[in-house]
Amino acid sequence: MIFLAFAALFPVYAQSPAPCAVDSGATAWMLTSTAFVLLMIPGLAMFYGGLVRTKNVLGTMMHSFAAMAIVGVLWVVCGYAMSFGPNTLGGWIGWKKEYFFLSGIDTTILSAHVPEYVFAMFQGKFAMITPALIAGAFAERVSFRGYCLFITLWSLLVYNPLCHWVWASDGFLFKLGTIDFAGGTVVHIAAGVSGLTAALYLGARRGYPKTAMNPSNLVMTLMGAGLLWVGWFGFNAGSSVSSGLDTARALAVTQVAAATGAAMWMVIEALQHNKATSLGIVSGILAGLVVITPAAGVVQPAGAMALAAVASLVCYASIQIKNRMGYDDSLDVFGIHGVAGLLGALFLSFFIRPAWMAEAADKAGGSWTAWQQLAVQSAGVGLTILYSGLLSLGLVVLVEKTVGFRLESKLESAGMDSSLHGEQGYGLINLS
Amino acid sequence: MKLVTAIIQPDKLDDVREALIAAEITRITVSRVSGHGRSVNQDLYRGQVVAPNLLPKVRLDIACNDAFVEIAVEAILQAARHNGGRIGDGKIFITHLEECIRIRTGERGGDAI
Repeated sequence: MIFLAFAALFPVYAQSPAPCAVDSGATAWMLTSTAFVLLMIPGLAMFYGGLVRTKNVLGTMMHSFAAMAIVGVLWVVCGYAMSFGPNTLGGWIGWKKEYFFLSGIDTTILSAHVPEYVFAMFQGKFAMITPALIAGAFAERVSFRGYCLFITLWSLLVYNPLCHWVWASDGFLFKLGTIDFAGGTVVHIAAGVSGLTAALYLGARRGYPKTAMNPSNLVMTLMGAGLLWVGWFGFNAGSSVSSGLDTARALAVTQVAAATGAAMWMVIEALQHNKATSLGIVSGILAGLVVITPAAGVVQPAGAMALAAVASLVCYASIQIKNRMGYDDSLDVFGIHGVAGLLGALFLSFFIRPAWMAEAADKAGGSWTAWQQLAVQSAGVGLTILYSGLLSLGLVVLVEKTVGFRLESKLESAGMDSSLHGEQGYGLINLS
Repeated sequence: MKLVTAIIQPDKLDDVREALIAAEITRITVSRVSGHGRSVNQDLYRGQVVAPNLLPKVRLDIACNDAFVEIAVEAILQAARHNGGRIGDGKIFITHLEECIRIRTGERGGDAI
């Protein structure tokens, strides 16, 4: 029942019978947020592109841009209908004929006083960035054809159902009361777990971990992380689908969490190695941003700081464990997005603002404790891990057996830029 | 002492390095260079095929004692060919090396290599 408080934030198609007027303030912010979230994808391309070797920089950036192209089309054709239509197939997905090709929303204004086009485009950006995130786990070693097929299937069969369960107002996790403000489960846990699954199945890069695999351009990685931080204000504060108090709260905790995560990572590295690295500080920024994503609607700044500090610690530890275990989650999609997403979605339970808890207690008929919320969160998280892990494994195997996913060894050592795209990323340093 | 200079295709750098390491030749210098041999490279930019004048190549410099020259050459030959040999695979130059000095100790000659 506690979802009612939250339902106001996601008035997806709970339109009032009388046509709504457009609130130009809310609409302006949602348009801005939509552009911000789009900006995160080139930001991610720069972040990932800087971390791979010179011969793979274009191939890696293409993974992000291809997601913009492929999912950008799929979302309009059927993604929005599958995610935000009313329950179909027992609630596995949604479907609404009017959303097919977005044909029936030409004049729709949502009850949040925002045109539905804006909401559909805003949500579409989340659908694009999620498969792009996964690509970091199997960077530098997959065929472009296989990747394109994988994200097509993943978007249709993993993202859209998860998005429906968590964010559509009749999705069963939404009804259960699982809090996921801006995508801790749908985006980050799903991407982290799917990435880990794919990395384990496809195997390590040629030569890993014996050969040094140096980042091609950390300057670009830093710029990418900066764009991600800026874009994240749209990602989190835009998820309020309004322009008001909830937006301000989400924006404030997002800012605080990113800074705390970065500061914490610097401290850890200073203590461990006596040097704070640039890759470390951007990892801390990301850990902080990811951990606050599910929690941005319900925690206060002190809680955000606590979550972000813990996230940096645990992500740092999990990357050390990865190095010990020797599997090749190349750009730490699971280590950062999976782990921090998990932490945020679970531990937000202990930092929820008192007013929210009091309201939840009223609705539950007396009392509502953080532990009860934790149980609800665990259900959502557990289901996301199971669903995205199992389906991703199936999809990776399917793609590998049909068009081929893992790049053949010869092409891998030549580098994706020349072997897959016929170009060079850093060619300009050569006289030509 | 000889100086073995090899100009190879950039995409064969990993293979050549691995072959040299397998032949226990680890002390090398690698640089990015541009040049022109007989090959005509074709790059794709926005769908248009472009043939630039100077092509990117990788240059390896290996200073070695006489006994290692043939080993190094053989390793490069085997590893740098595309599908058994293609125009543009590169060249190897061998020059006489007058002196070699290790900066740290001031050692000279074959021991310094």
